[in-house]
Amino acid sequence: MSDALADWKPDVLGVEGKVLPVVTAPAGVLSSEGAEVDPADPAVVQLAADLVATMRVSPGCVGLAAPQVGVGAQVFVVDVTEHPKTVTAHGTFVLCNARVVEASRWRPGREGCMSVPDLTGDVKRAGRVVVEAVLPGTGEPVRLTTDAFEARALQHEIDHCAGKLFLDRVAGAHAIYQRKVYL
Amino acid sequence: MNELAITVIGPDRTGIVAEVSEALAGVGANLSDSTMTRLRGHFAMTLICTGAAAEDVEKALAPLQGVLTTVRAVAPEADADVAGEPYLVSVHGADRLGIVAAVTRVVAAAGGNITDLTTRLTGPLYVLIAEVDVPAGRADDLAAQLAVAAQELGVEVTLRRAESDVL
Repeated sequence: MSDALADWKPDVLGVEGKVLPVVTAPAGVLSSEGAEVDPADPAVVQLAADLVATMRVSPGCVGLAAPQVGVGAQVFVVDVTEHPKTVTAHGTFVLCNARVVEASRWRPGREGCMSVPDLTGDVKRAGRVVVEAVLPGTGEPVRLTTDAFEARALQHEIDHCAGKLFLDRVAGAHAIYQRKVYL
Repeated sequence: MNELAITVIGPDRTGIVAEVSEALAGVGANLSDSTMTRLRGHFAMTLICTGAAAEDVEKALAPLQGVLTTVRAVAPEADADVAGEPYLVSVHGADRLGIVAAVTRVVAAAGGNITDLTTRLTGPLYVLIAEVDVPAGRADDLAAQLAVAAQELGVEVTLRRAESDVL
């Protein structure tokens, strides 16, 4: 099943992605559980392409979930290939209806979010996860095992799809910070 | 609009935050940034508020039992431009006079701007944790200077990058 992901490229969506505006908190869509989607729905395929396009034009962006472009749906894109903390990477991929089915090696880390532009926070995330999802378009099921930064990014995006921000997971009352220059 | 800088400190007890924030809301004082924490049994609140007059806030806080309050009108300040890279300084060791003074003087001398700092004394152990914006390229120097200061103070010090990742 994982081979499907290795071969996956945004081109297979077969539609041109549009760059969408990124929604910032407070916004209801960021705090609402996204709907499960039919991966074959043309609107979902278009959304997948739009997420890729929007991620690509956002400097430093390594992932983007549908609620961040105003759509309450369980769809997100991830690409951590260029990030220095990446160990395992699966390139660019879009997942629908993703679930974390195994999580271990919990580690703290400070993360920020395009939808919470002025703050960062300390959040514990699993350093190794297994995620099950389906691919947009084909609906092919995938089971993805990854670690380190890709694991953190997946958990962050899956949280978005569940209506959760990193603010819902910060380690303590003193664990949010004014965001510093990051690029 | 003018801002109010408000401090409230008093013996920690259940409900102190609710009482203070209700009193502020009652006179239309809107809390923006604040930090509130327990310091050796005292509960300390430092707040920036907008939307109310200092006299009204003073009156509203006056009936609170056993707390010290100050209310001052201040001009709004923009957040300073971040001119450096974020680092964390950790210091721990046997308590003695002057640890904070010595460590923060070294940080300032290197151009480091402290944005957050907490100290705790627990038994004989003194702990200081600070968030510092360090000018680009100065971190190694600062680490060396901190090591010298730590040696003189007989405490342990570490300087590490507090990097955050945008997801």
